[in-house]
Amino acid sequence: MAYEITLLTTMAISVLFALSLNFISGFCGQISLGHAAFLGTGAYTSALLTKASVPFLLTLPLAAMTAALLGVLVGLTSLRVRHDFLAITTMGVAFLFVGIVRQQDFLGGEIGVSGIPPTGLGRVGFLILAISLAAAFAAFSLYVRRSWMGFVFKSIADNEDVARLLGIDVPRYKLAAFVVGTAVAGVAGALYAHHFRFLAPDSFGFIESVSVLAMVIVGGIGSVWGVAFAAAILSVLPLMFQFVNDFKLLLYSALLFAMMRFSPDGVAGLVRRFLVTGPRNRG
Amino acid sequence: MLSVELFVQGIVQGSIYALIALGLTLVYGLLRILHVAHAALFTLGAYIGVLVTNQTGSLPLALAAAALFAGFVGMAIYKLAYEPLLSRPPYIALIASIALFIASEEIYRITFGPYGLSFVDPPLQGQIQLFSGFYLKHGEVLVIGLSVTLLGLLAWLSSSTRTGIAWRATVTDPEIAQACGVNIQSVRYLNFFIGSALAAIAGVLVALLNNLVEPTMGSVPSYKALAIIVLGGLGSIRGTLLAAMALGVIEAFGTIYIGRMLDRDAIAFAFLIAVLMVRPRGLLGAR
Repeated sequence: MAYEITLLTTMAISVLFALSLNFISGFCGQISLGHAAFLGTGAYTSALLTKASVPFLLTLPLAAMTAALLGVLVGLTSLRVRHDFLAITTMGVAFLFVGIVRQQDFLGGEIGVSGIPPTGLGRVGFLILAISLAAAFAAFSLYVRRSWMGFVFKSIADNEDVARLLGIDVPRYKLAAFVVGTAVAGVAGALYAHHFRFLAPDSFGFIESVSVLAMVIVGGIGSVWGVAFAAAILSVLPLMFQFVNDFKLLLYSALLFAMMRFSPDGVAGLVRRFLVTGPRNRG
Repeated sequence: MLSVELFVQGIVQGSIYALIALGLTLVYGLLRILHVAHAALFTLGAYIGVLVTNQTGSLPLALAAAALFAGFVGMAIYKLAYEPLLSRPPYIALIASIALFIASEEIYRITFGPYGLSFVDPPLQGQIQLFSGFYLKHGEVLVIGLSVTLLGLLAWLSSSTRTGIAWRATVTDPEIAQACGVNIQSVRYLNFFIGSALAAIAGVLVALLNNLVEPTMGSVPSYKALAIIVLGGLGSIRGTLLAAMALGVIEAFGTIYIGRMLDRDAIAFAFLIAVLMVRPRGLLGAR
């Protein structure tokens, strides 16, 4: 049972993390290649605080705040650079984060942070907390997408210049998307830190940022259900591929490629096509 | 004296960056795709270079074989991976490209083993003395010489031949070029061939300098080259060359003087972000 609980907790944290990126990239159209930096900010904040005997639940809002603070900074750069330039700038943020953390002794440097105390919630309690946070944010995402704000986000994602022409305060909404998305990534980071109870700078680098973007795109960018589904599956896929041992990363990348090549609108698109046109007369 | 040495090291590194990033910027200029899998061809070139040199003992033959083979693989990547995705949003091709790159690293690891290959009899190990106390390896001279030659050749090709003019026309406006009778498809193939061949040559050169080829040797170029083409202003060839050299030199000085605060990659990206905040379209970006 313990193994299943660990697996489910991993899935729930990934869903929360992927949905937080979906808020920025899916809803507001700002592609980020450095989202793991915010997961890391939250994780380090929360871990250092609980090590200084602050209660775990209290560190959640604090982790959200520090991550959102960094998020505002990156959001400000998104006002200056766009599209592919923004993608590479956010990628730079991921490298800067890792580069800075590596050289700071109080953050554990290369060795990382170990001996993170338990949450006091127990395994099941922690799992329930992770699932409820993921579910709550999924519900919030669904609500926002149907709200006025969601429509504004969509118009910015579709065409920023037209949105501006319509009198929408684009910078304000972009920043809002970054603040919400990065704050939630910070919360996911706090959960991450107390799930694995060990942090190393390399866990929050470029690879992690790419895999979370892959979750969002495989799920179908902007689709809450699709992204949640893809994050749950992809986060444990390498574990499920244990049986092919040496070939698991090859299989993972082949699947990812096949998905992009044959169903570029992701799981959500696949389901939609299946439901709307039926399996036979597709294409 | 240290600063001269650092500068030369920076130029050597910058030449390699330039060879890799040029192919990437060519692809971006034509297709608006961030072609991460480009670095897979860099590694492929390095493997072919070492294997052919160890078999035949000839470095020029190895360079030619690496360039040709990688060139054809690059064309195949365009045909099989990118062409069907051209009508999709660019991040689809980006993720497909990243998947392709991860798969390539795994294939190299499974085929050639995780520990890498070396030259049996490493060529060009001698040194020349530029002035008292300052030496340059033959390999490093080759890097700079070959880069200058190849880039010069390319500049001549693109400005003085019909093919080159057709290629530049296509980059400027694909539809008008097509209306003027340019075969866009062959321009794209040529583009991937040349870009991939340059990356493969860079791979052989890096293999030569380090005397080591590893499955993961493409991971740094994969993201560093993206930073370079963005820094130069996406799709701008002059900008790419300038950015490659600037980054090479800044990394060389940075690791010595602020290496205690930031590692090499962080220095590169701090510079990138700083430049983009001042010039959001890169050093020599259009519009």
